[in-house]
Amino acid sequence: MEHILSQARNIADDAEVFTVSSEETPVQFEANRLKHIQSKQSHTVALRIIREGRIGYGVSTNPEDIQGLIDMAVTTAEFGMPAVFELPSLTAYPQVDTYDSAVMSVSLEEMVKLGEKLIATVREHTPDIVCEAEVTKKTISVSIINSRKGQADYTKSIFNLGISGTLVSENDMLFVGEGESRCHPVLETKTITDTVINHLNWAKNQASLPSQSLPVIFTPNGVASTLMAPLMAAFNGKLVLEGASPIANKLGEQIFSQDLWLSDDTTIPYHPRSRPCDDEGVASRRTPLIEAGTIANFLYDLRTASLAGTESTGNGSRHGGGLPNPSPGTFIIQAANTTFGDMISNMKKGLIIEYLMGASQGNILGGDFSGNVLLGYKVENGEIVGRVKDTMVSGNVYQVLKDITAIGNDAKWVGDFLNTPSLYCPSLSVVSKG
Amino acid sequence: MLEINDIGRQLAEQLKKPNADYIEAHLERSTSSHITYRGRELESTGKTTGIGGNIRALVKGGWGFTSFNNLDDLKGQIELAVRQAKLASNKKSKLAPVEPVVDKVPSATGKNPMNISLSEKKKLLDEYNELIWQTPKLQTSVIGYGDSHKKFIFASSLGSYIEQERMDIILRLTAVSTLNGEVQQANLSLGSNGDFSQIEGIHQQIQEMAHRSVKLLSAPQVKGGEYTVVLDPVLAGVFVHEAFGHLSESDFVYENARLHEIMSLGKEFGNAGLNIVDSATLPGLRGSYKYDDEGTAASKTYLIREGKLVGRLHSRETAAKMNEKPTGNARAISYRYPPIVRMTNTYIEPGSVSFSDMLADIKEGVYVKNWYGGSTSMEMFTFSSGEAYMIRNGKVAEMLRPVVLSGNVFTTLKNIDAIGNDLDMNQGGGCGKGEQVPLPVSNGSPHIRIRRCLVGGR
Repeated sequence: MEHILSQARNIADDAEVFTVSSEETPVQFEANRLKHIQSKQSHTVALRIIREGRIGYGVSTNPEDIQGLIDMAVTTAEFGMPAVFELPSLTAYPQVDTYDSAVMSVSLEEMVKLGEKLIATVREHTPDIVCEAEVTKKTISVSIINSRKGQADYTKSIFNLGISGTLVSENDMLFVGEGESRCHPVLETKTITDTVINHLNWAKNQASLPSQSLPVIFTPNGVASTLMAPLMAAFNGKLVLEGASPIANKLGEQIFSQDLWLSDDTTIPYHPRSRPCDDEGVASRRTPLIEAGTIANFLYDLRTASLAGTESTGNGSRHGGGLPNPSPGTFIIQAANTTFGDMISNMKKGLIIEYLMGASQGNILGGDFSGNVLLGYKVENGEIVGRVKDTMVSGNVYQVLKDITAIGNDAKWVGDFLNTPSLYCPSLSVVSKG
Repeated sequence: MLEINDIGRQLAEQLKKPNADYIEAHLERSTSSHITYRGRELESTGKTTGIGGNIRALVKGGWGFTSFNNLDDLKGQIELAVRQAKLASNKKSKLAPVEPVVDKVPSATGKNPMNISLSEKKKLLDEYNELIWQTPKLQTSVIGYGDSHKKFIFASSLGSYIEQERMDIILRLTAVSTLNGEVQQANLSLGSNGDFSQIEGIHQQIQEMAHRSVKLLSAPQVKGGEYTVVLDPVLAGVFVHEAFGHLSESDFVYENARLHEIMSLGKEFGNAGLNIVDSATLPGLRGSYKYDDEGTAASKTYLIREGKLVGRLHSRETAAKMNEKPTGNARAISYRYPPIVRMTNTYIEPGSVSFSDMLADIKEGVYVKNWYGGSTSMEMFTFSSGEAYMIRNGKVAEMLRPVVLSGNVFTTLKNIDAIGNDLDMNQGGGCGKGEQVPLPVSNGSPHIRIRRCLVGGR
């Protein structure tokens, strides 16, 4: 890396070398049986230069092709954006633990057994279900070095365990699934299979809802599939800077329910999205985004922060080897004290949304959503009575988060990007096929 | 520079004496570039080069797979893949026979983006961005351009050795307008399998898009419910991809006996006028190719003919299991993934109804155009329009906010009661399945009319 940096310095005022290497072993099950054992190694090196005041950029999978990298960076620097920021100098990083050597010591045989156990447990409950499962171990090593003496290295271990099942009958399909992702080995399957089995029980009967406005409970997965894409866009400093975020001028204003607290946090120990610094070498931190319903901060990388006259929040991320952009780390919606049972028992007639398909396919910026209830349940007189199908729910994220009247005590991880409790919304438009 | 041809030939020699029932290898060299605008200025531009490969081995019905960037120890990679396959072996997987192929396939011809300088590309995008910014009340714009050139080598223990080159171009433009905290946007997506001229000269479409984003600020939202809807060729293409295309990918069906029963050939899914095709053999589209990533020749496959299920898309493995013929639909987005069953160019064949006749007897309905996105659970699907208008008394009336439509594969296809005469293929989309996204595909249709389609709204 030093090698590339010193060569790049000959043609640039400043330079930064970013490398990421990963090694991943997925064990995949299809149709209830072991299908595939894989091993994936990858290596990427990215060079960012500042030359005559402009940014140039090149990416390669071949660390030996230094001249190729430099040529790409020089060519693009001719047209690149003006460099309005400085690369960070040597900084102190917080201690963020993301590596457990036990992950890579889990043997392939053990991984196969974990997958088999997941599938066997779910099939014991529902013999006709056809399951896919995946057990994956992975390590990722990141290094950043720049010409202003900035330097950072870290290694991460990740273990994933997940199952999805399809239950088919004449003219009906039911999909259920659950997974867990951590920096430690996930060797316990019960939490996952209990969740899947719970949904299989709730979905046994079918129920229908009339087309009208109804109260809705968003489970943690429901929150993720319905409300998160617009929020993640709205807090992106770049969209704020452009005025394309509807909350761009609302810093310090209360526009959500005063019970709502949201933060972005990449410092949680042993969480797969945690890291000591972002992809530009800026220290990680916890950034409050909504405090008691009030907009507290937006998320920035170096360049956007500089244009906005503020500081990077350590949210510069490179997706697919591209240039850094502001990007959420991990969103945390703070849990409150209502139990999921209480939310249901207070409902005369309403809907529980576990997955709303298509909700993030509309005008995400404006916050309007509309989707098909792929997995959801009807509640009648305080009881879950069955699964709802051929039903669409529409609303606006900003209205929903202003209207919520209860926040659950049941916070859980959804994938690795969100930790949230269930949310209770008193009224949403529900349309069903009559 | 490493030449993958030399490595490929050595590799082919090693595969001649496989220590497995079947081994295949992919090598890939790629170069790509991107240009992004946000607001008035070019925001980022960069270039990427990549080289990598994979080995896939089958031993007693179990698969092993390795992918890598370092091509130094291919023998070791083969051994690792075979070892993994042995561990996974449980008689699960077998392969339908295909003839070994030795061939060399150049990329499509046209205005080659690899021969166009960055400054020339920038000049065109500057023009487009300037057009968007001429629109009064515009808040901001986003333009994303990307092109790539890939050279692939496929070698298998059957003796196949195929060199293929493919190019891909994608251009997506967005105009964003705001008013009193309301934000609306309009999009335009185009693509090509290597002809830069396909994204030139679209000034008028861009102007219309930018004006639409402003007009949407004052457009009402539709009242949710069941409507008669008319889909333009672009959105109808997304519809056929989501509503039926994914369900015809056999990897979803081949090991699920009950689903196989439901998806038995001959089953009626639509009216007699409905014909749905997937074909990688159409020339010059983003989903076109000569051989898939298992070295099987591409084919034209009727999925629905006269309303009945008559075919499905296969890899060698799904074809073997279902006792059908491989269709050449095993595709991977890159060497980092094993091939899975995917669509190519998917479309509804044209009928004979004119657009005005289609509207004529609709008292109240919704006309939907362009796309935001679509997804499917196989049974249920959603697809969202980029533009929507009320239809009143047989005429396209006031503009609406974009809508999300939803359907159920077992009923919605039967509710198609008119198929237009104006087939058009849309090249601006990409397809996602599992982790493998975006895969270049195209889809298309003439205008179609669907009765009793569920439309989300207030």
